Order: sequence, then structure tokens, then C-alpha cells
Amino acid sequence: MPEKTLIEAIREAMDEEMARDPRVFVVGEDVGPRGGVFRATMGLWQKYGEWRVIDSPLAELSIVAIGIGAALNGFRPICEIQFADFIHPAFNQIVNEAARFFYRSGGVYNVPMVIRAPYGGGISGGLYHSQSVEAFFAHVPGLKVVIPSNPYDAKGLLKAAIRDPNPVLFFEPKKGYRLIKGEVPEGDYIVPIGPAKVTREGSDLTVFAYGMMHYYALQAAEMVAKEGIDVEVVDLRTLAPVDKTTILNSVKKTGKALIVYEDNLTLGYGAEVAAILAEEGFEYLDGPVMRLAGPDVPGVPFSPPMQDFFMPSPQKIAEAIRRLARY
Amino acid sequence: MAVEVKEFLPITQRHEDLGLSDETVLRMYYHLLLSRRLDERCWVLQRQGRVPFHISGIAHEGIGVGAAYALRKGFDIVHPYYRDLALSIALGMKPVEFMLALYGKKGDPHSAARQMPSHFSLRHLNIISGSSPVATQLPQAAGIAFAEILKQKLRPQLEAAGFRVSREMRVVLTSTGEGSTSEGDFHEALNWAGIYRLPLVVLVHNNQYAISVPVWKQMAVKRVADRAAAYGIHGAVADGGNVLEVYQVVKEAVDRARAGEGATLIEAVTYRWTPHSSDDDDRTYRTREEVEQGKLRDPLPRLRDYLYRRSLLTQREEDELEERVRAEVDEAQRQAEEAPYPAPEEALAPVFATEDRSGWWGE
Amino acid sequence: MPTQVIMPQLGESVVEGKILRWLKREGEPVRQFEPLLEVETEKVTTEVTAPADGVLLKIYFPEGVTVRAGTLIAMVGQPGEPVPERPYRVGHGGEIEPLEEAPAVAPAAAGLPPAPEPAPAGRREGGPRISPVVAKMAAEYGIDLSKVPGTGEGGRVTKKDLLAYIERMKLQPVGAPTAPREAELPPWEQPGTGELFRPTEEVLRAAPAPAAPPAPAAPPPPPAAPAMPYEILPLTSIRRAIAEHMVRSKHTSPHVTTVFEVDMSRVMAHYEANRAAFEREGVRLTLTPYFIMAALAALKAYPILNSTWTEEGIRVYKVYHIGVAVSLGEEGLIVPVIKNADTYSLIGLARAVNDLAERARKRQLKPDEVQGSTFTITNHGVSGSLFATPIINQPNCAILGVGRVHKRPVVVETPQGDALAIRPMVYLTLTFDHRIIDGAQADAFMSKVKAVLEGWA
Repeated sequence: MPEKTLIEAIREAMDEEMARDPRVFVVGEDVGPRGGVFRATMGLWQKYGEWRVIDSPLAELSIVAIGIGAALNGFRPICEIQFADFIHPAFNQIVNEAARFFYRSGGVYNVPMVIRAPYGGGISGGLYHSQSVEAFFAHVPGLKVVIPSNPYDAKGLLKAAIRDPNPVLFFEPKKGYRLIKGEVPEGDYIVPIGPAKVTREGSDLTVFAYGMMHYYALQAAEMVAKEGIDVEVVDLRTLAPVDKTTILNSVKKTGKALIVYEDNLTLGYGAEVAAILAEEGFEYLDGPVMRLAGPDVPGVPFSPPMQDFFMPSPQKIAEAIRRLARY
Repeated sequence: MAVEVKEFLPITQRHEDLGLSDETVLRMYYHLLLSRRLDERCWVLQRQGRVPFHISGIAHEGIGVGAAYALRKGFDIVHPYYRDLALSIALGMKPVEFMLALYGKKGDPHSAARQMPSHFSLRHLNIISGSSPVATQLPQAAGIAFAEILKQKLRPQLEAAGFRVSREMRVVLTSTGEGSTSEGDFHEALNWAGIYRLPLVVLVHNNQYAISVPVWKQMAVKRVADRAAAYGIHGAVADGGNVLEVYQVVKEAVDRARAGEGATLIEAVTYRWTPHSSDDDDRTYRTREEVEQGKLRDPLPRLRDYLYRRSLLTQREEDELEERVRAEVDEAQRQAEEAPYPAPEEALAPVFATEDRSGWWGE
Repeated sequence: MPTQVIMPQLGESVVEGKILRWLKREGEPVRQFEPLLEVETEKVTTEVTAPADGVLLKIYFPEGVTVRAGTLIAMVGQPGEPVPERPYRVGHGGEIEPLEEAPAVAPAAAGLPPAPEPAPAGRREGGPRISPVVAKMAAEYGIDLSKVPGTGEGGRVTKKDLLAYIERMKLQPVGAPTAPREAELPPWEQPGTGELFRPTEEVLRAAPAPAAPPAPAAPPPPPAAPAMPYEILPLTSIRRAIAEHMVRSKHTSPHVTTVFEVDMSRVMAHYEANRAAFEREGVRLTLTPYFIMAALAALKAYPILNSTWTEEGIRVYKVYHIGVAVSLGEEGLIVPVIKNADTYSLIGLARAVNDLAERARKRQLKPDEVQGSTFTITNHGVSGSLFATPIINQPNCAILGVGRVHKRPVVVETPQGDALAIRPMVYLTLTFDHRIIDGAQADAFMSKVKAVLEGWA
């Protein structure tokens, strides 16, 4: 089976879906001849033409709103936001509009669109090219939020997102675009949106993570395995709707939970997982539910030592695992 | 100041020159009258404490009716705003459908009683669901229009995949107040409309006030329509109190859009003489004298005057029409009052669709 | 540059004012907002204040002269500054217009020119406007703008003028204004409360009732004016009865009141002399029986006042049933009737009056004791009133009002000439039904009453 990078898997998903369904198109800044600043759409404009891969004006609000309109009128737009840090101008259209269309029309109008954006730090991006924004959107009923951690999931989940009749936010860990490689089948397959996945079975404690942090969590698990700590790793994958079953079942088995996310600690996605465990998994807990996340400062600083201080790493995750395992 | 009209301006156009039959122009009057009387009844009900809220389309009926008649009913798509009661009525909304939303009753077709009233949404009339944050409908409407362009451009692939593309483009009409033109959404919508020559008509109801903020505090330009040139699209102004003029201007814009010649920004000028909504206290920002002067725009007496002048309406016919409209409004109210409320648990209705029903395909 | 003092427009349809009195002389220093002159229009006197600090440089019109609104009447400035030779009119755009005719010198009285069609405030053609902020503030403070001197263009009341007026009169806002016109406004022109999204329980007054019949299209009565606290005192039947009678009386008869003053010396002398004797008979003597007797004598002399208007003709009664108004304190008043009062002596009347009054206060009167009067007396003087204009007790022709008897210095004519004396005087008022009698008969009646009282022996 061919090995592909994360970005190649994403591109392949879009290519296959566009071939399969003429209603699918991509719209965003620089997605056309340039192929996207991360080359996510490389070659697609050349293959499908200017009316399937559309260079938008520099206006995130309208990238999303045009997408909403096109989705209402029968198309399946993939709206690319160049960096998740720049999604905020479109916040109103995503949260007030796309998310609520179905409920507010009494179930009459649905908005089948994907908004994909690279997110996350560790690439010397500074405050405005490193942000995590999933917490804002996972909070809103009516939106699905998906974050793949590996090429196989990326292709399958993106295909599922494109076919989903609802608005799906697809955040891609940009540090892993070329870094994370894996086996990706040719041809069509779907990874369903919704279920989390136990990617490493263990018994001493569970590490919940997603995106780049899941990649590091697996590394950390191997590090501590040599020390006799048996870690179960769960890739959350779909942040909204949240897969409570997998979360609770894992902690029922291990009794301890560590949630890792690179977003700011307070009110980040891990806070919700912790709340679920505290409320519905209380009787399974054999130790405090812990979170390892970025500090509460406005973004990942540019200077390398400060960036490193901010970002969780395999070493920091391993350290947190040891502390929890000791309890 | 806020009011541009100093005296009663009779309608000088002739309906037959605009391609309208006698029957049609009389039906326009019926729609104007029905909207007005329905709207007035809603105010009465709110002041009686029977419904909690009403936001009115009084003074805007000329714009709504004129625009509705310029569209291809059942084909073109509309993304209106909260003062488009008359537009919706003229497109075929039944009074009871409005009343059910007003009362928040089960069977409300716009939002299953989840949204406040005047958030129009009727799929069978091609009316798109709107929200409360203003101007959000404008770039969405541009997106719907953009999809029409895509359909024409991608016709072979689409039809090969089994999707029928209509011969002509559907035109998208979206409307909003002049205050909303200050939002970034307005700018981004018109920008796309200009770049892609979208089959879009942006109909701005300039009623001189955004709640209490008068138009001269809202923008530095005198005419909203002047901004069209900045986006490379057509601009036009219409007297919002003159149904025939609105019809004429919107029809031109719709035909232009359908022919692929691009979008139009239309400014229809009127004056909102009611408070912004049933909660607003408009004495705090304007005088009664100004309000009285603003009423000179009223489309209803102006069309009525035209019909009498052209011998298309007699007093007896007018009285019969009032009675008929009154009966319709009474009946709508009765049905809405008798309808049950939704069960409380219906607040937990699904937020995700399980199947895709989007799109207007085929003729 | 000196500042103009312009004759203000003191009311919507008021076009001129009469200079009553200059409060400052030429050359005197004045301060801004200090009263400069008194102006009278339509019997209302207003002060016009100085528009600026400085010296009153020139007065163009003397006291007693009436000038049109907008006319330059004075100049205020620094000493030595040049001022116009002759006055002129200032148009509402600030333009100078020559005076077309000499200002009217005749005093402003009933001969005022007919007021122009009152235009809604703020939209007059050619008159000063009431600006939105002035209209709003006036409504907030319950101010009649015709009482506020205006120093704006053409005599317009400016915001500053209004603020100065409020300051001077120490006014307070009267709470949310409800212009009387609002009762006529349809619901879609009535303002809301201005508070968005109040709790639903507050907003929805009617419980959702599916079976309610459809409401009529006529607008409902407007909601009560917010922000003016009050309590409701339920209407008692006596209050309702009084209200009904008073309104009906005023609507039935054209009321005219004539006033006479009476020297009560001789009555008082008689009263003092006989009081003790009456006490011994068990009767507390008051002045009321004297007035009743005087009224009876006058009724006999002028029987037309002992009557009722009917469509077949004026019914002149041959019996004399005198109604005597009795106060029941806060509850109201009642009018017991002394039937055939002319058959009573003074002591008899005293006894009857006391008895009826006492039983009235105890609510022990019988029905036929409170009806059937042919003439009525009311003694408002006991509560201190000097004179009043009572309402006719229907279906009488007239009602005699008795004021407070009090000592006053009066002029008495003696053969030696006029002299001042201190006398117990009283004002008597007669309110009569002008359908039945005219002033002449009323005054003749009263002259007789006066003569009887002043000649008491």
C-alpha cells in the first residue's frame, strides 16, 4: 500500500470526490494555479478548471458565505481558509448562519459544506499562524468538527465530510502536513465522522489527544512503555459530535485520564472531555483527570525557545503520564 | 433632513407601458392592501399583549410588491429580510403562515416556531431562511447566484451526473435595510457580484432609519446606489412608495441578471413611520411632524389614487376589497389562535440533517 | 457686536405681544438670562430675558405698545457699540425686514387679529419652529411652551431658553410624557416602551387562549402611561351621584354668577343679642337661618327665581322649599331640604337646619328630605372661602353662596362725608340659570337679600 503524507492524503480525498461528484468544488485564496499555499490543491485547478477550483478575493467571510449560498443551491463546496487564525472574520457566517440553518428553518434547509483550514503551531508561525480554534466551533450545536491525526484518517474523514449534508469544519495539523506519513489505500473509502479510535491499547491510563498531539502521544506512550507504564491512546478525531462512549469505556478500563491539546488550557476542548469524565465517569476514576495544554497566553510566540515552551511535546506528555501513573 | 418627500407625488407611470395588465395592477393593489391590513392587525395583537413581538413592514409594501411581480415566480430565488411581509405575501405566502410564526404555534412553516416572527422561510416559494444578524443574507445570496453561474459553466458534467440544469439562470433577489449596507457582509457580497457578474439583485430598502440612527449618520454618500460603481455593478434608485416604479426598476435588473449582464444594486427609497419594532420608542429620536411628512411616501394611497385616476377601481370595489382582506386577516388570526403550541420538548429538535435536500435543479 | 432683543413668539398662534413694563433702563447693565421686560399676550404675562451680558444700549418701544413677534425691541451690548437707528423685523431665517407698518399701539385685548391656522409645531411656514429637543424637553417637564420666552431666531424657544426656564421655575420632569394625542394614534404609530426584550411574562398579558374570538381591528385603549405612580380610590355611590349631578347641572343650565357684598353688622348684633336666648331653648344659633330668611324675602319679591325651566314654560313654584347644602367631609356633600321654609320663624329655621345637618352627617335623612327643593343655599364660608361660584342644584333656577363673614375696613357714607369703618362683611354669590333669568333679575334679587340683611332688626 502506498505511503502518503498528510497533505497528499487530503489532496487525494478532494481529487477523488471532485471526480466522483461534479457538484464538489474548492474555493479559497490561492487555491487555483498556485495550488494553495500548502499545496493542498496542487494540480486540481489544472485538472478540473477554473469553475471547480476557484480563487476567491481576500475575504474569508465571503469564502464561507458564498459557500453557504452555493451549498443551499445544490453544490458541495469545500471552503479553504488559508490559516485557521484567519477564520475569525467568517465566524458570524459559520456560527450564526451555517450552524443554525437546519434548526432555524424547521429542518427545511441544510448546508452541505466543508470548511477546511490548517491549524496548530510548531512551524515558527507566531501568534497568527499557529492558532487552534476548534474549541470555538465544537461548542456550537449544528457544526461538526473533525481533526485527523494521520493520512489514512485524513482522506477518509475528508471524504465523509464532503458527503455530509451538514457544515463540517476540518482542521488539519499543519506541522504534520509533510511530517506525518502513513499508508493510504487507493480509491474510495470512508472514515465515518463521529467515532473516536483507540489507537494504542493499554491498561494504566488513557491519553486522549487529536491532531499533532496524538502523533506525539503515541511517541510518549512508547517512551514510558520502557518504564513499565502501559498507556492507552485514544485519537478523538471527531470533536463534535463528541464520542462519549469511547471516552468513558477507555477510562472505565484504565481509571486515569490525561487529555492533551495544544490550544490554550482554559476552556479548550480538553475541558469538555474532563467534564464528561468527571460527571459520567466519576465511578471509574482512580486519579484526577488531567489536562496538558498550551499556556493561557495569546498565541504561540515566534522565537524558538518560547515556541517550545508553549507547545506540548512527546517529552512533556511523557512527564505528565509519569505523574499521573504515580498517583 | 430625514424626510425627502415634501408633498404627495402621484404615480406618473402607466402600467400598460410596463407590460402590466389591468388585472395585474389590481392584484398588486390587493397584495398591498392585504399586507397592510395584516401588518396592522399584528400591531393590534401585540399592543393587546396577545403576542410578544412584531416588527413591521408598513411603508415597505410598495417595494415588496413591486419586486415580487418583477420576478419569475416559482423559479427565481429570494433571500429577504424582516420587512418583507409584502414581498412574501405577493409571492404567495398565506396570512395564516405569518400568524402562526407571530404566535409561535405548531405548524409554523418558517421555523417550526423556533425563530422570532418575520424571519421568512418558505421552500415551496423559493424563500430562503434568514436570521437576525443583518446583512448576512447578502453574501449568501451572492453564493446562491454564484451557483447559478457554476451550473451554466458546468452543465455538461452536471447533466452527465444526472443533475438537470435549467436553460436560463435563476435570478436571486436579496433585500435589506440601508443600515445593513454598513456591514462588511454588504461589501463582500457586492465584490463577488461584480467579479463574477452574478445574476443577483440587491434591493436596499432605504427607510431613512436603522432603529434610531438616521441615514446621514449611517453613510457619507447621499445615495446607497452610488456605491454600485465601486464594485463594478449597476446601480439604480427607485421611489419605494411608487409600486410601478419599483416594478420597473427591479424588472430591468432581473432581466439584466438573467441575461448574464451582471448584478444590480437597487435603492428603493421610503420612510419608516412606525417604530422600528413593537419595543421601540421612536419619540426619543424624531418628531411627530417628521413622521407625518414621511407618510407622504405611503405606497397604498398612491396606488389607490392611480387606480381611481385610471378608472380601474370604484369605491364599491374598494370597499369589497377591504371586506375581503379583513375576512382573510380575521380567518388567519382565528386559525393561528386555535392552533396548539409545539410540545416543549420540540426545543430538542435535530440540529443535523440526515439527508441532503439542497438545491434548485431543473426547470 | 451688540445682541438683538427680539419680541418672541410666545405661543404657536400668537403673533404679537404687548410690552407691559421694561425692567431695565437704557444704560443699565444686564446679565444673560436676567429678566429684561414683561410682555403680555392673550392675558398671559411673561418675562423676556436678556440674551447676553452687557448694557441695555437701546430700547425701541415704550411700555404699552404692542409689537409683532420678531420685531427688534432692544439692543444689548458693550457701551459705545453702534446700534441700529430704527427697529426692524427679523425673519425666521435671520433676514432683516423693514417694519411695514407702525406697531400697533392699541392694547392687546379682544381685538387681537385672528390667529393663523395653527400649524403643527416644527412645521410652520414663516414662524419659529419648535425643535425636536425643545419639544421633547417640554414634554418631559410638562411645560407649556407659550409661557417660555424665546430668544432664538424669530423668537424661537431654544434649548438654552428652555433650560433657563426650567432652572428659573425649578421644574422637575413629570415622568414619561403622554401627549393627549396618543390616545388617537393607531397601534402602529404608538411608541413602545423603548425596552427591548422584557421578560416574556411581562410582555404577554393575555394567556394563550385558543378559543378566544378574533379581536376587532379598532385600536385598543393605549396602555397606561408608565412612570407616574398612583393608587386607585374606588368610586363610592355618593361620589358617583355628586359627579353625575354636577356634570349634568353644568350641561343643563348656562351658569352665571353675580357677587354682592353685604354689611353684616346688624345681623351680627342681632345674633350676639339672641344667641344665649336660643341656647336656652336648646337651639344652637348660626348665621344660616338669617341668610335663609333673607333669601325667602327676596324670593317672595322676585318669585321668578323660585322656579324651574321646562319646555312648556318656566314653572314658578308657589311653595318655598329651601335646600341647605351640608358637607359630609371627605365623603362628599348632601342637600337636605326645609320644606315650606317660609312658614318658619328664625328659631324654627335654626332648629330645622341643625336637625337636618345632624341627621345628614349621621346618614339618617329620609329620601323625601333630600329632594324637592325650589331654591338652594350653600355656606362655603364656614370653611374659609371668601366667595365661590356654586353649581346650581338642579332643577332649581339659582343657588345662593355664602362666603366667610370677616371684618374689613369699608367706606361708610355719613352726612359728614366718607369715613372708614370696620365692619363684618360677607360676599354673597348667586349662580343662576341664564335660561330663566337675566342679570337684572338676579341682581334685583340680590339687592333685596342685601337690603334685608343690612336692615336687620
